[in-house]
Formats: sequence, C-alpha cells, structure tokens
Amino acid sequence: MAFRCSFQKGLIHLRQSNTSSIRLATTKTTTLASSSAQKQSQPSGQQQQQQRTSSPTSGTSSSNKTKSLKGLGRDVVFIDGVRTPFLTSFTSYKDLMGYHLARHALLGLVKRTKIDKSTPEYCVMGTVIQEVKTSNVAREALLSAGFPESIPGHTVTMACISSNVALASAANNIATGQNEAVIAGGVEYMSDVPIRYPRSMRKLMLSLNRAKSTPQRLGLITKMLSVKNFTPEAPAIAEFSTGEIMGQSADRLAAAFNVTRREQDEYAQRSHKLAQEAAEKGHLDDIVPMHIPGAEDVVSRDNGVRVSTLEQMSKLKPAFIKPHGTVTAASSSFITDGASASLVTSVEKAKELGLKPKAYLRRYIFTSQDPKDQLLLGPTYATAKLLEQAGLTLNDIDVFEFHEAFAGQILANLKALNSDYFAQKYLNRSSKVGEIPLDKFNVWGGSLSLGHPFGATGVRLVTTAANRLIKENKRLALVAACAAGGQGHAMLVERYQ
Amino acid sequence: MSELLCICLIVSQYENDLADLKNLKIRRQGTIAVVEFNQENAKVNTLSQAMMNEFVPLFTHLKNDESVRGIVVISAKPGSFIAGADINMLESAKSRDELYEMSRHGQEVMDQIEQSSKPIVAAIGGSCLGGGFEVALACHYRIALNDKRTTFGLPEVKLGLLPGAGGTQRLLRELLLSDALDLLLTGREIKPKQAKALGLIDVLVEPVGTDEDNIEHLCAIAIEKVNQKISKELRHRQPSLMENIKSKIISNRHVRNYILSQAQAKVIAQTQGLYPAPLRILDVIKQTLEHGITVGFSAEAEAFADLGMTNESKALISLFHGRTECKKNKYGKAQREVKTFAIVGADTIGSGIANVSIDKDLQVILHDSLSDSLSHGRSQIQTNYQNSVKRNRITQADYSRILSNLKCQTTFDGFDHCDFIIEAVFEDARLKQKILDQLERLIPEHCIYASNTSTISIHEIAEQSRRPEKVIGMHYFSPVEKVELLEIVRTKQTSDDTICSAVNLGLKQGKLVIVVNDGPGFYTTRLMIFACVEILSLLKEGLTPKDIDQVTRKFGFHVGLASLLDEFGIDIIAGCIYRFRKIFGELLIDSSIIQLLQIFVKHKLFGRKSGQGLYIYSKDNKKENNPKIREILKIISTEKKERSTMEHIQWRIALRLLNEAARCLEENIITSPTDGDIGAVFGLGFPPMKGGPFHFMDTFGIFNIVDLMHNYQLKYGDRFAPTQLLINMSQENKTFYP
Repeated sequence: MAFRCSFQKGLIHLRQSNTSSIRLATTKTTTLASSSAQKQSQPSGQQQQQQRTSSPTSGTSSSNKTKSLKGLGRDVVFIDGVRTPFLTSFTSYKDLMGYHLARHALLGLVKRTKIDKSTPEYCVMGTVIQEVKTSNVAREALLSAGFPESIPGHTVTMACISSNVALASAANNIATGQNEAVIAGGVEYMSDVPIRYPRSMRKLMLSLNRAKSTPQRLGLITKMLSVKNFTPEAPAIAEFSTGEIMGQSADRLAAAFNVTRREQDEYAQRSHKLAQEAAEKGHLDDIVPMHIPGAEDVVSRDNGVRVSTLEQMSKLKPAFIKPHGTVTAASSSFITDGASASLVTSVEKAKELGLKPKAYLRRYIFTSQDPKDQLLLGPTYATAKLLEQAGLTLNDIDVFEFHEAFAGQILANLKALNSDYFAQKYLNRSSKVGEIPLDKFNVWGGSLSLGHPFGATGVRLVTTAANRLIKENKRLALVAACAAGGQGHAMLVERYQ
Repeated sequence: MSELLCICLIVSQYENDLADLKNLKIRRQGTIAVVEFNQENAKVNTLSQAMMNEFVPLFTHLKNDESVRGIVVISAKPGSFIAGADINMLESAKSRDELYEMSRHGQEVMDQIEQSSKPIVAAIGGSCLGGGFEVALACHYRIALNDKRTTFGLPEVKLGLLPGAGGTQRLLRELLLSDALDLLLTGREIKPKQAKALGLIDVLVEPVGTDEDNIEHLCAIAIEKVNQKISKELRHRQPSLMENIKSKIISNRHVRNYILSQAQAKVIAQTQGLYPAPLRILDVIKQTLEHGITVGFSAEAEAFADLGMTNESKALISLFHGRTECKKNKYGKAQREVKTFAIVGADTIGSGIANVSIDKDLQVILHDSLSDSLSHGRSQIQTNYQNSVKRNRITQADYSRILSNLKCQTTFDGFDHCDFIIEAVFEDARLKQKILDQLERLIPEHCIYASNTSTISIHEIAEQSRRPEKVIGMHYFSPVEKVELLEIVRTKQTSDDTICSAVNLGLKQGKLVIVVNDGPGFYTTRLMIFACVEILSLLKEGLTPKDIDQVTRKFGFHVGLASLLDEFGIDIIAGCIYRFRKIFGELLIDSSIIQLLQIFVKHKLFGRKSGQGLYIYSKDNKKENNPKIREILKIISTEKKERSTMEHIQWRIALRLLNEAARCLEENIITSPTDGDIGAVFGLGFPPMKGGPFHFMDTFGIFNIVDLMHNYQLKYGDRFAPTQLLINMSQENKTFYP
C-alpha cells in the first residue's frame, strides 16, 4: 500500500506538469485533464482511490458532451511488446514456417516481461497470407511455445492492419472486463505462400476423394491430364474489388498529390537512415534475437535496412507504372518475414503482477474509403476522425508512428492531412487537420526500412510508439496505418506514468 | 537593337491575336507550349468550323515563335478530347464542292500539324473520335489516359461518311491493313488498352483521381515526353517481330487483294449493299495501296464529298440527331428520385428490365409468383453479367456487387417501400387489371405504377385504378439489354410528374425514350400490326415466309419481317388484329386474314416460343421452313395475281407502314416526326439508311408517296388510301422536317 501511494503521488506530479503544457497548447478540456486537475486538489491516496471508482460513472454521463481521450470501459495498459528481427523474405528464415516466428515472439515476450506462461488468459494474432496447415496460427504458436493448453487463441485478418485489429480486440476484452491479461501479436511469413493447383484441377482432385469405384477414379485421373491443370496459381496480389495492384495505386496516389520521384526517394532514404541510426543507438530493443536451427549465428538485426545514395536510387526504373511512374523498389516496403507480440492488461492486473506498463492504449478507430483512388489514404481518414473524437489536434501529439507502405503513400497522406481542399471535400471538416512535424514522425525508421511483415507491423508500431514516448519523455502518441481494401486505422497511445 | 524591338512588337501582336482565340487556349511551360482545346459554350469539344479556323493562326504562330521548342495538345474538358467533327458544319455544306473543300482544308490542317518541325504530343483524355482521332493521328506522339471514358474510333462510317481529314491514310500507315479496315468499316470504338496494343498509342497514363487531377497529371507527363522528344531520347515504338512478319505478309499484293475482297464480300453480306460508305472506303484504300498516298488523299476527299451528298448519309445524320434528342431529358426532374423499384413478372422482358437496372445503382425487386420462372429470370441475368466478366467488361467483384442490387422473390414483401412498379406479366388485360388492383393496396402513396405492354391500352388497364394519374405504360422491347428503345405511353389522366419519373428511369437505364399517347398498339406495335396484315395477305397470295424475309432484308430491315412475326408471337399478333379490326374496320383488315390467323392459332403456330410458326425452330436455334405453313397456305391461298416484283412487294409493306406512321402523327399518338423515326428504327428495325418513315417520306417526296398510294389503292383496295395529313402536305408541298 505504501508503495502504491508513493507511486501514485509520483504519477500526480508528472501529470500536473504535463497537463499544464497541454493547456498551453490547446484550450479544449479533455476529461483526462479535468480528472487529473481534480486529483491534484486531493492528494490523499485513499481519496484518490474513491475518485477513481466514481470516475467511470461521471465519465459515461459526460461522454456525450465533452470528448475524451478515454473510450468507454476500464483503462487498458500496454505492458511491453517484442518482435523477431524483420528479415527480407527468402533469407535466413526461408526454411521455417510462420508459426515458428510467432512462437519465438511469444517466448520473447514471456522472457521480456518475466510473466508466468499461465498469466495470459487469451491470445489474438493477426496474419494476412495464411498457411493452410496452421490457419489459426495464434493457437498453434501458443501450443508450440509451451503455453498452458487452457489459453484460447484466435487469428484475425484485416490486411496490413491485422495486428492492429488483434491489439484492438485484446484491448476490448480488457476494457469490458472479460479478461485481465491478453497477448496480442501478429505474424507474416512470405518465404512460403500457398500456391495452388488451378480450380479445375482442385475440383477433380476433390471428386477423386469421393469417387467410389476404380473405373470412376481412372476416369477422373484421365481428365486431369492436361497442361492447364498443372499450371500453378499463386495468391493474388491484386486488390480483388478493383483488380489493381497496390503499387500501381500508390503510384497514382503520388501523382494525384504531386509527390515527385525525388521527394519519394528522399523520404525513403530518410527512413533507412533513421532506422540505421536507431539500430546503432540501441533504440530497437523490441527485437528478440533469434537462433535458427542449424545456423551458426544468431539473427539479431533487421536485414532490410540499407542506406543508399540518391544517385543510386534515381537510377531505378519505376516498378509499377511504366515508363513514367514514380514508385520504385527503393520507395516501396519490401516483402518481409517476421512476428510480433505484446502483452496488454488491466491496470489492476499489472499492479498485481508487479509490472510497470509502458503505456495506456486509448481510443482507436478503423475507417474505410474508396478502394480505387484512395486505397492508401486510410491514415488520413483515421487520424482526422480519431483526433476529432478525442477533441485533440495534431499539436497535442508528441510522437507519430505511421506505417510506411510506400514513400509516395506517406507523403500523399501528409499532404492530404495538410490540405483544406481535401478536408472539405472528403473529410467533412471545415479545415485541414494540419501539418505533421517530421521531427516527431517515424524517427526510428519505418516499414520502408525495417520491413513490413503484413500481419506483424501493427504491434511493432505501437511498441515503437510506447518506447519512443519513454525515451523522448513525451506523453501522447498517434499510431496510424493503411491497409488493402481502402481501410485505415489509428490509435492514441498515452504514456503510463 | 531596333530589330529586336521590332520582333518584340510582332511577337506581342501575335500574342494579342492569340488572346482572341475562343476555342483554343495556349499556355506556356518553359519552352513548351500547351494548346488546350476548350470549345466555348459546349460540354464536349468538336472539330467545328470555328475551331478549325483557329488552328491555322495558332500553329503558324507556334512555328514562328523561336522560344517554343515543343507542343502539347490536350483537352481542358474532362471526358472529351475531341468527340468528332461538328455535324452541323457538315450539314451546312450545301454542295459537293463545299464538302470537297472542307475535306481538303481538313487534310491541310492535319498536314501542317504533322509537318511541324517542333514535336507535337497529343495528350488524350476522354473520347477521341472521328476528327479528334485524326488530329491525334497527325501528332508525333500520343499518350492516353487509361480510364473508362477514353475511347478511340472513326465512327464516320456510321454516319454514311468516311474520315475526311487524312484519317484513312494515316490509319493505313499506322496499322496493319486488316486492323485499319476493321476500325474504318465498323466504326467501332476501342479502349485505350486495345489502342496501345494496336500501336496507335505510345504510352498509357493511369488516372490518379478527380478529373482535374487527371488532366493535370496527363499534361505533366506529356510535357515530360515532349522534352524527351526534343532531346531525341524518345523513339517511336518498334514493331514487334510478329508485327513485322504480319506486315511483310500483308504487303504482298495477292494477300492484300484477298483481304480487300474478303472485306468487300463481308460488307455486302451484312449490309445488302445498301450502305455506300463502307464500299467507298474500301475503294479509297484500294486506290491508296495501288497508287500511293497522294492519290489516296485526293480519293479520300472525293469520296468524302460524294458520300456527304448521299441520301443514306443524310438519313443516318438525321437519326443521329434524333438519337441525341431522345437521350436528353426533356421532361425535367421528377419530384422523387426512383431508388427502389419492383418488377412483377420475371420472364424474358421482366428480367431484361432488371438486367439494365441493377448496374445503375437501382435497387430492384424481381417478383414472379412461380418460383420456376423466377429462377429462370435470375439465371438469365446472371448469364448476361457472367458473359460481361468473360469479355473483361466488368470484374468478378463488379459482378457480385451488381447482382447484390437484385432481390428475387415470390412474395410482395417490401413493395410498401417501392418508388416504382413495372408490371411485366403476360399480355392479358384481365390479369393486368387484377395485379394493378392487388398492388395498389400494397404500394405507398407516391409509388408509380407502370405496365409493360405492347398491345393493351393503358386506359383499359387503369380503368379500375384508384389513382390513374400514377399509372403509365412502359413498352420495353425484347431483348431489353440490346434494343435501345423504350416507348412510354401516357394516358389522358397520367400526371406530368409520373411521366417525368418514368422518363428519368428509362434514361437511367440507358434507353432511348419516346413518349407517346395511348391508343391501339401505341406507335410501334400499331406500325408492326399493319405491316403484318400486309405480310399475311402477301402470304395468302402464294409467297413463302422466306420470300418475305429476303425482300424486307433487301429493303434494309436488319431482321426479315416474317422472322420478326415469329419472334413477336403470332398469338399476340392475332389478338391484336382481332381488336384492331373492331377499331379500324374491315377496310383496313381483310376478313380472310382473320381466317388465316385462326388457323395458325388452332395449330399452335405461335412462333419461336411454341417451337414453330412461320418457321420451325430446332433446339439449337436453327430455323427451317415449316411444311405446315405451306399446306395451310395452299388451302387458303387466293387466286394468284401476276407474280409481283420485289420492288412491288417492298412498296406494299412500306406504304402501309408509312401511311400508318403519318396517321399516328395525325392522331397525335406521337408528338414529333423525330419520335416517329426513332421509334420505327430502334424499335422495329426500320432501315436506318432510310432515316425512319418520316425522313424517308421527306426524301422521297410526299407527293410521290401519295401518288404511289393512289396507284396501289386502285389496284389493291382502300387499305392503301393515303391519310388526310399526307394529302394535305403533298398539296401544300410541305415536309415533316424543316
């Protein structure tokens, strides 16, 4: 109890200084600010305890009038997140399977947080291209990592924001009181993808299963004998609804926002430079080094970070729209293998376990828009809507972590957020959302340099945001990402103090 | 120094001249001049006289302006590069010489563009047709926006003309002979991807978003290309090995002649030789190939001038105007936009109506009381859209989305939320009345009730209606997906808003809409029934259905009229004729015809739907002569008058059609000759190269028509008596069209 009191006093002290700085920046009152102001006048630990118990009711009654950082329900805290090194596909991970990576991330999380394997009550993981043998990869990873059999796990998919969905469902489970501790993670393994026989062949094979007599079977087998039936079918990379490849859409988006080739190359270069710096300074400590069976060395770094000169980059040919497109291999995120995992709990559970959370997971949002011309503008829509719901402006945000699918896409989103025209035409706002200062934006690199395992990136973004808040001694972070299907996601992460 | 000043003065004077240009705007981007087509007071750009006149000073200026090193031509109007020559300009030419001059002038302008020492890049976004395509072909490099509205084509042949500004020559130079012939003779439009594959387009540009963004993006890339062209980085596409081999083969004289003769045979088979334009185009191509390009250019101009003076071309242009007219909404906006509507009856027509609606973002309920016919209707729609997927017109995802707008049901659930009902059940007045009565209890107050009928009077259907002002007729034609016409039938009680709503719906479905007043058989069916009566009496005189088909096809009908009767259903025709006899009297419809029809009905010779009518239909859709018909006709046939000539038979059918069309105008069934022409051509297949009944009478001379009718009246009886309107008009020497 004594520990708790002093801990909370420290918290009040820090919040006090933070709120005053927020008030300077914006006159909008968030309930968070008002509740901490109340706490400030009541320094006794016990009184605060009462305050806390009574706050949910007052919070819900006023939620319609004043906007709040907090959504409904209990506070959700992010204890920590880890990941495997992100490797370009077909490199060191090439002989593994997806669940191996997920297993490693889970074990890394246990090691990092020092929790007992029986602590988590549930596990959710994101993935995009499913390995058919382990279609519920969350459960397979749990079992193979030696977690108790009593922990259920499910796998979700929402293209590149799959593990954001995993985190969101974990947060929901905590907020509604269904669980106290949940693992949210994600995995993507592109070194092996299901390549299928064509439909006609699959049909014959399946009916072969059900054929009863030998002549019937022979008949089916003879039908199979055509070249067409043995032409393999790779997983589609084109958007199903529009038939367009994402890179092509990114190229068109860049053109629509007048993002030049030079700007894109410079942004890509920045991403790689920052990633390299971050790795050298040891900021990327969410990586859990991995030993691959049979290999001599331990893999401990992401292998896609490569700082090249602008001259080298300018020599590349456009990758998608030829011959005049602006998106090249250098300014696109590359195909990556990797997994991530994080532990999300309630405040009480964290205290009970003696864990110091890194951050609160506050409001989040999923949005969607035109999958053709605005396929990758999700971050713009999600950011605008989330800030509006929370009653915040870009000035209130200290740390930005955006998923970088393409340099052109990031720059287009930054331009869209900073455009009155776009805000009025598409976002239903009277004026632009604002300009995001680049010195707060993805300063430890991003998907362009670190790599982008589709299903695992979301957790990496949140982990990085939380780590940056601590390292930079800041309060509020905004995570945003785009996804295939014209969808977007944003989440507010507040430092836990 | 003074020299320099002088030049400056001249330059500024030029700029002043250019500031007066109304249809072309010029913009400078460094050393590149961007010429924007932006025809004033128009939605689309056309190659009008005014625009052509601005071309010459503009290009002379650009030629002389030392600071300009390259040129981009682009349209400022989204969706339209240049949609073709200005048809009014063609029509204003009074003589062959004028047309010849026009063509020569066009050729010179294009030549000037092509001969420019400064590279010209055409940045094409939107329809690039006819004259617009010729401009693009004259440019040195072509880039095109790869979107749905961008199309290429030389549709002149559809107007009975040929591309007269060097188009035939340049197309022949750019393409293989077979591809060039395909575009020239069919006038079909191709998409950017196909154009690129043929080599007509050098680079495709993907659209980036809004129209303005697209134009800006296109322009930026065009400027990049001009700069590359100036620095000689950019070369024309090299033909592939296959293309080289093909062109080698085709350049052989024998192969060439074979291709030309094949094309000619095909044209004659398809058009019965009734359209002069495709034959003349072939002739021009032949001359070019044999005597070179100089001869080719003058042959083109000669042909253009000759074709422009033909009746066929004038008829086709008149139809073009009529079509544009019927695509316009002359009735304004309805009070309520139709969002959800229900179709009662899911046979061919009902599901056809659903078919043309669900892809227009309309929510459609398809109802049929029998689940069998409902599923038949549904699979008809599915097959149609699956075929579109196969032909790459839509994606599989589009298919799913379109089909999700369709609800098929055997109950009347959800009818209380419908804005519009189209009843398309079997042609039976009682049944239609019953359904109207039943539905009027269900549907909301604002809901409009349309009956799809080809023969039953809307007044009769609406007899018992509680709100006759909301009842209207909508006569769709089978197959609804293919036939463009929609005949909307108003009664005396139908309110204006109801008409608005129906017209809006029809236009949304992509139909050509004519609004007619209620009367027996409205307009199209009435015409057909009268033609039918004449055909039946011809059969009675010993002609075979095959003869009729042959003769009417020679007249210019796309489908022979005997076959058309089978398609329509002889039982329905019989019902109509019985009714018409009561209305129009025996003078018009002979009693022996009734007798013949009764035999047909007794033997269940209904046409395609019962497997046999005038022809026998086998399961694989082949038709053969029906021996039963021959027997029946043998028994009933009247004494043979002298064997009629082909022309004779054609006139007998045509005169009754024409007379009836005139009478419809006289009785105010149709309100304008344009509606009459469009209805007859697009609904009945009246020969397009004759421009429709009214245009045809104008061309042939109403006096001559009346004269002919009098002759036939003497010979065959009063059914050929010209209607009063025609007699008056011939006396006053008037025409239907101004």
